[in-house]
Amino acid sequence: MKLDEVPQDHSSTYGGHSKLVYAVDAQGHYQGSQSDGWEPEAYATQLAVQELEDLAAEANAGWQRGELSPLKFLMYRYRLDEPALAQITGLWQWRIRRHFRPAVYRTLSAAILGRYADAFGLPLADLTQYQNNKDRA
Amino acid sequence: MSSFQHRQSAHCESGVMASLLTHAGLPMSEPMAFGLASGLAFAYLPIVKLSGMPLIAYRMPPKHLIKTLSKRLGAKLHTQTFGKPEQGRLALDAALDSGRLAGLQSSVFWLPYFPPEMRFHFNAHNLLAYGREGNDYLISDPVFEAPVRCASEDLQKARFAKGALAAKGLMYWLDDVPLEQDWNQLVRQSVLSTTRILDGMPLPWIGIRGIQHLANKVEQLDPTQVKYNRLYLTHIVRMQEEIGTGGAGFRFMYASFLQEAGEKLGDATLQEASMQLTAIGDNWRQFASACVRASRSKTEAPNFAPIAQQLRGIALQERALMKELGAWAKRKR
Repeated sequence: MKLDEVPQDHSSTYGGHSKLVYAVDAQGHYQGSQSDGWEPEAYATQLAVQELEDLAAEANAGWQRGELSPLKFLMYRYRLDEPALAQITGLWQWRIRRHFRPAVYRTLSAAILGRYADAFGLPLADLTQYQNNKDRA
Repeated sequence: MSSFQHRQSAHCESGVMASLLTHAGLPMSEPMAFGLASGLAFAYLPIVKLSGMPLIAYRMPPKHLIKTLSKRLGAKLHTQTFGKPEQGRLALDAALDSGRLAGLQSSVFWLPYFPPEMRFHFNAHNLLAYGREGNDYLISDPVFEAPVRCASEDLQKARFAKGALAAKGLMYWLDDVPLEQDWNQLVRQSVLSTTRILDGMPLPWIGIRGIQHLANKVEQLDPTQVKYNRLYLTHIVRMQEEIGTGGAGFRFMYASFLQEAGEKLGDATLQEASMQLTAIGDNWRQFASACVRASRSKTEAPNFAPIAQQLRGIALQERALMKELGAWAKRKR
């Protein structure tokens, strides 16, 4: 990659920042150069974010309909999936899936909810409040 | 610590090491730190899943650079992890108050100064703390243009995030960095090690064989699974470009190392190898563009064979280059 080929595609995924890449000048000498985005990379990032947002929206709809506990929605919202959430909370994946059922979720102890609260970086009170009313607080 | 100079880097771990060494009086560029630690690699790990996708790595695993480089340079590396977050905070404060730079491992997701779209759960991000002011830590995050600040609670959360590659508050610093180095020996040793990693492992997922394995996987994609294919191909691109790789999955950074080492030793073979690797890096970028084009295409049956062929071409080029470099490293000076 030559210096004048360093992409400057103003990708929104960089959040206005630039990152450093290495490229050669006309004499073939390497130097660091800033890039404020590359379109193929931005497409890949946005697709991954979009996928998580779609999953979160779907889980949120399930929660609003009363078919799911809020956990599944929160999991995707905080960019996690079942294996990742299991690793963070130290719970088995099948237990987590069970907690997606609203009836089971309402019986969860503060200790278990605390683990989820920690994983999402939310106050425990939020998660206990969801136990009482179905609607989003 | 007023004398500390922030430098933007392409990759977090090599950037932190370059800054630590330079600060200790041994001037070190980021590509040099990356190359001397034999950071370049390729691995396709189907068992480690990232949001349901295999882990594809273009470099050695986290902490490899830190450990290998300190060992090769003969510097004393201190590392500390903590059972209790509070202990980690106190130890960091003590280190900073005594005027030390502290390398920290943390989770990208919990660092508020990252752009929202970049905040994924990646626990092995390295950064340097160089001071504190009030409730804020002064952070030199290698991938950012300028130093940043991070509130104490946020940094705590990031250092003690749980899950895969959990940092457990890892803090590290260097002592007794020898300022006299046998560069010839160092470069040969590290280059030889890289050729063995890339083309000497009897495993089908590592190095050149890993690239060929990925080529087979791409070829075998089922054209009817449009959504999965799209996520799979862009996943490869994200692994190659997004996570601070300096473009083309670290290939340009290593080429820069070969060039710098060639100049240092006055050796034309390394200069020549650098040019070859630059060309290979350009091919990696074309491969990434092709992946994105294929995921974008609205036509019913995208053809994955040419993309796989591109990868196989790259694999052969890298193999040829590693053979040359291996022969060079073993040659009598």
